[in-house]
Amino acid sequence: MTVTGEARRQRTSMIWLQAGSCGGCTMSALETGTHGLIADLAASGIDVLWHPSLSLASGAEVLDLFDRLICGDIGLDILCVEGSILCGPNGSGRFNRLAGTMKPMMTLVRELASIAAVTVGIGSCAAYGGIPAAAPDPAEARGLGFDGTRRGGALGPDYRSRRSLPVVNVAGCAPHPGWIVETLTAIAAGLLGAEDLDAFGRPRFFADHLAHHGCSRNEFYEFKASAERPSDRGCLMEHLGCKATQAVGDCNQRRWNGSGSCTDGGSTCIACTAPGFEAVNGLQSTPKVAGIPVGLPVDMPKAWFVALAALSKSATPKRVRDNSRADRVIVPPSRPQGGR
Amino acid sequence: MTRHIVGPFNRVEGDLELGLDIEAGVVTAARVTAPTYRGFEQILVGRPALDALAIAPRICGICSVSQSIAAATALRAIAGIVPPPNGVLAANIAHAAENIADHLTHFAVFFMPDFTRRAYAGRAWYEAAVAAFAAHTGRASADILPARARLLHILGAVAGKWPHSLAFQPGGTTRALDLGARMRLSGIVEEFARCFEASVLGVAVDVLLELATPEALAAYAEETAGLLPLFLRMAADTGCDALGPGPGPLMSFGAYPSGDGPLFPAGVYEEGVGASPLDASTITEDPSHAWMAGKPTHPAAGDTRPDADKTSGYSFAKAPRLAGRPVEVGAIARQAIAGQPLIRTLLARDGGSRVTSRIVGRMLEVARLIGAMRGWIGALDANGPYCADGPARFPDGAGSGLIEAARGSLGHWVEVKSGRIARYQIVAPTTWNFSPRDEGGVPGPLEQALAGLDVGEAGAEAVAVQHIVRSFDPCMVCTAH
Repeated sequence: MTVTGEARRQRTSMIWLQAGSCGGCTMSALETGTHGLIADLAASGIDVLWHPSLSLASGAEVLDLFDRLICGDIGLDILCVEGSILCGPNGSGRFNRLAGTMKPMMTLVRELASIAAVTVGIGSCAAYGGIPAAAPDPAEARGLGFDGTRRGGALGPDYRSRRSLPVVNVAGCAPHPGWIVETLTAIAAGLLGAEDLDAFGRPRFFADHLAHHGCSRNEFYEFKASAERPSDRGCLMEHLGCKATQAVGDCNQRRWNGSGSCTDGGSTCIACTAPGFEAVNGLQSTPKVAGIPVGLPVDMPKAWFVALAALSKSATPKRVRDNSRADRVIVPPSRPQGGR
Repeated sequence: MTRHIVGPFNRVEGDLELGLDIEAGVVTAARVTAPTYRGFEQILVGRPALDALAIAPRICGICSVSQSIAAATALRAIAGIVPPPNGVLAANIAHAAENIADHLTHFAVFFMPDFTRRAYAGRAWYEAAVAAFAAHTGRASADILPARARLLHILGAVAGKWPHSLAFQPGGTTRALDLGARMRLSGIVEEFARCFEASVLGVAVDVLLELATPEALAAYAEETAGLLPLFLRMAADTGCDALGPGPGPLMSFGAYPSGDGPLFPAGVYEEGVGASPLDASTITEDPSHAWMAGKPTHPAAGDTRPDADKTSGYSFAKAPRLAGRPVEVGAIARQAIAGQPLIRTLLARDGGSRVTSRIVGRMLEVARLIGAMRGWIGALDANGPYCADGPARFPDGAGSGLIEAARGSLGHWVEVKSGRIARYQIVAPTTWNFSPRDEGGVPGPLEQALAGLDVGEAGAEAVAVQHIVRSFDPCMVCTAH
């Protein structure tokens, strides 16, 4: 069967706003595809009405577009928001005014969210507040649908978009470009429902995994052969703060920037997909009580972990132990003499 | 006189607002507003020292490696750590990849689409401009965005991912590059060089770098097909060569360290005055026209206390000054201070920096960095370490990380007490370029570049305003952080 006879699917309109953002989610999204982000989205039926980094329209032209969206002249299917909603000082939103107007970005986001078929928080800032919400939270940074782990961010706890969805949270700091584009194209295809989101609004296609799954350091993890210094090849969990066994994301099942991932690069996992990750002090060291890491792998009873760690440490091959404390393989795998 | 407020001003990384006073079709005064404040300097204070490596890069998603390296450099100074040569080389390679990506994103995606505005319909080059530079659909985006993404694969290999990685440590970098990784880096650089030459330059990198005079540049523009020659022809036709005069002094903190000193040296260059050394002790940040409390101080003694009700304020950015003067930063400053012949002669012809020479400065820098990256990749020692050990406990002390991001000079001034950050002050490139007035009422570089602009009947909507603003490649998220 050819697709030529198929009814042409309806186009999906999308607008992207940057609130209290670093722009990194847009930079990540731009890494997608072979023809550039906008062209790839268009091929999946998404028409970008305006993106602050990519579109021509500026000043009055943009304010006019916002007005026409809000009054319903132009239908809005997907509202993407990148960055925390800055509600300060004192709830006024003046720390993030929409330039050219006296309107706080907080207000514009609420207006557009009220008419959007689906609202998408791009990145952990828009999802939960993110780094700007770290103590002392100078700008009163909130997520759209969450304030850290608490439901009810800038849009309130009961927010539902026109398609009856809570905010879809493409968490991550910055998220993988695939998470962003696949979420948007799934929405455009009508394939993303409430059941496809986890309790924090994250699409389950990436959030049902742990960052640990597929980590290139897994043998070191199994034997608790741990890195002690940055650039050591060993597992980053015991000493260097790695939270990949607790953090959601298929980070190590897809590649970042061609060949990488945080843990592969020796960049310890700081659980950037988790609400409240910014509250942790000492992101590169593992807090312990009586030598046992406080944050244990998800679903693992403490007694089990202690017993398994002790057992695996006692059974660690010399190769694994030596390599864990070096920045390159110093003992290659080998079979006993006479083996092949 | 009428006062116009222009915004939202997009394609500038973050949001920007301009206030333009216009009298008889001429801008008599400009005020530049950074309308967003997140509070990174307040967030950093009180945290363990090494947390700066996770927090500071997240100031900016487009120059996160620069922010990482500034933070690591400041912490390195405090802790007395000396990174091994491989760690310095790997950081340089990653940093150059980010800076090239930024220069190209600016050129193709942020700056050039303004030449497709309807105001230019009827110009001989208009159809060519639309085909090449139309936002969303132009050939430049289609060529450069995938090339940029592929170039950033360098960050995947060196740092795990981009933006925002913890791979840049005071001791060096965290991933040793084996033979396969080094070959991948080489392959990425060569593939990028081919694309840059074919799509942007229309000639080999070495041919561009041999151009030493404005006349040679003009001849290249006339004779060559490519995105840069097209820009140069349009720039000459639209007056960009004379548009947007800078404040005079150009400054660099020095970029890409090595045992023999930085690839691009630190210093100050002023047309008609010449080159002079940088004295970073004369830097001040002046909050008099910012929505910030306080008095002008050196950043090592500064603090950040927002006051959104302050009536004399019009921006969340403070006003940085070098020996009391506003200075321009960016690729043109680095190349001028480094003595790049074409940039020096363009500055001499124009009497200082202008829209065209700022763009040319970036493209020359990309060309020079391609050669530098080849050298750094070749210099990686197959047996050498990438990261030195730090002290078991982070010591008390104060230090600074003065580096160059794509957009110019970036400084982090840090003080650590009892293992925790006691002070963290950041002055970003666009804080310099898009500074508000200081207590003497002296406008910042962009404010000066817009004053005197003939906008005619178009008023604040004049395309020239867009060209001048974006010629600085502003990053507003860094500006007030």
